[in-house]
Amino acid sequence: MPVPESHEFFIDPRRCIGCNACVQACTECDTHKGHAMIQLDYVDRGASPQTVPVVCMHCDSPTCAEVCPADAIKRTGDGVVQTARKPRCIGCNNCVLACPFGVPKMSTGMNLMMKCDMCYDRTSIGKKPMCASVCPSQALFFGTREEMARLRPASRVLNVFRFGNQTITTRVNMLVPGQAFVESLDVLSALHEPAAGNDAAENVLLDGMEAPHAG
Amino acid sequence: MRVDDPETVSAAPDGRPAEAQPRWRRDFPVDGPADEFRSRREFTGLLLLTSLAFAAGQLWIVGLRAFKGAHGSSPVLDVAGVDELPPGGMKVFEYPTKADPCVLVRLADGSFVAYDRRCTHLSCPVIPRPAAGRLDCPCHNGHFDLATGAPLAGPPRRPLPRVTLEIRRGRIVATGLSVEGGRRAEAS
Repeated sequence: MPVPESHEFFIDPRRCIGCNACVQACTECDTHKGHAMIQLDYVDRGASPQTVPVVCMHCDSPTCAEVCPADAIKRTGDGVVQTARKPRCIGCNNCVLACPFGVPKMSTGMNLMMKCDMCYDRTSIGKKPMCASVCPSQALFFGTREEMARLRPASRVLNVFRFGNQTITTRVNMLVPGQAFVESLDVLSALHEPAAGNDAAENVLLDGMEAPHAG
Repeated sequence: MRVDDPETVSAAPDGRPAEAQPRWRRDFPVDGPADEFRSRREFTGLLLLTSLAFAAGQLWIVGLRAFKGAHGSSPVLDVAGVDELPPGGMKVFEYPTKADPCVLVRLADGSFVAYDRRCTHLSCPVIPRPAAGRLDCPCHNGHFDLATGAPLAGPPRRPLPRVTLEIRRGRIVATGLSVEGGRRAEAS
């Protein structure tokens, strides 16, 4: 049984409190026992405690599968990109390097690429993924768009990402502020933006260095 | 978005339709339903099943032969008169049924031998060469000893089934079929 069409995965980074519950829950998934396939990234660790959970976005054109030389990464009929197939994966790390979202992980012990498969064993029988079922702040949510609209009236759902000229739509949705009128998230341009806190940190450092000269 | 149809090609990064995509994209599809995947376990299962089928076939052949040998007496067939064939002469007949071609050969010493004509390799009809003392199978260059029916060279590994002959009142009579070979009927 496939993942129900109406059920989608939503990530709301603004709600993430960095509790790591999702990471712990993920290790208990049956398809990758003991290994967390979700990670918690700091947006700008020097300036903010803000964290953001990173799961596989299940792209409609998965770069990891595109670059796989062994044809090991496959997507199920309902659009869930799966962990590399063990008999095919050659452990070359291409997918790890290529994924713009930084999702696939190389398990060197097993010589196998492993990644979030949206808890396919659970979602395909109508349950929520492990991470979404434990998230205390509902930063990770699995349900219908109607539910989401009702629960977060001030937010908007976005699943279009731009990497230079390439546009990728994903099965996983991000929640953006309702008043942010963007049609897509430009990931590359965000890379070139100076981080919010860097100037302040530099000033502090420079101040500290200049102080002895001044004195 | 659903891609259960095996013909569907997943959205390519350049966004062009499936027809405009290079051939390799169809050969190495991203979508699982379009992928012809056979795991090692499935392949091993196939090998195992094939081996079992071969083994069962061999047992069937062995059983069939034992069953045939155990049941029924061989028919008696009048093949030819003793004086009908000169030394080196031969005669084709069917024994024990009309579907089993056999050949009777008179050797240079006056004795008679008869064999199933079907080569034990792939059932091509063998051709007696009394002058050379052999039976030749033209299909794959197999050779049998004319005196005993034993394979001499070529692909066949088993001797030709031999027709047991008796002389009854001046007639050559076939009395049985022996896979291992039989006595030579002396014309005296």
